[in-house]
Amino acid sequence: MSPRAASRLEALGFDQVYDYAAGKADWGAAGLTLEGRPGPRAGELARADTPTCLLGERLQAVRSGVGTSGWDTCLVVDPDRVVLGRLGRRALAREDDVTVEAAMTAGPRTFRPDVRLGALVGWMRGRSLTSAVVTTSDGRLVGVVRLDEAEARLAAGP
Amino acid sequence: MAMEIGRDEVRRLLAEGAQLIEVLPAEEFAEEHLPGAVNIPLKELDRERTRELDRSRAVIVYCHDYQ
Repeated sequence: MSPRAASRLEALGFDQVYDYAAGKADWGAAGLTLEGRPGPRAGELARADTPTCLLGERLQAVRSGVGTSGWDTCLVVDPDRVVLGRLGRRALAREDDVTVEAAMTAGPRTFRPDVRLGALVGWMRGRSLTSAVVTTSDGRLVGVVRLDEAEARLAAGP
Repeated sequence: MAMEIGRDEVRRLLAEGAQLIEVLPAEEFAEEHLPGAVNIPLKELDRERTRELDRSRAVIVYCHDYQ
């Protein structure tokens, strides 16, 4: 987003424009001060009713369960609920009945419950994603944050 | 094309009087932003809104990360 903003400013006649592309994620990661009001965190919006399945399950059985849940994704977990992968819309739509392991996308990006919701929304918007996975630091599933719900929560204020 | 800079260069330019602009939506800016930044969301970045900027000083834009 910032490269587009920089380009726009140059088009408007500004001739000393710089793009800090790594942005506030980089600033915060370096331990530098960020200002603002405390906002909601990812854990507050993480829905624990996300469908889950195990590696050895068959895709058709998983699909029928997911189909009645109102979700279009299913997280693949181990018996301790550590997140191993994800079945998205495309995987769930497959006609063949393979194992979950064969159909899943391994190692989805995950976030900790204390991540600021605004930052998480920015990450999802930037990648045109509609949800994000929240886990504990040892990888156990907390839930899934849905973009529409997160945006509504931010719009509601602190 | 604008020069991409890192954190150290941001700090150096700010010390020299550069202006810092966050281009994310207002609710994300309100939640957290770099000290001294002003908010002009990308969708509002037009001739009217940029009148509040000083054209004689450097301008640094940023968002959340490499989006």
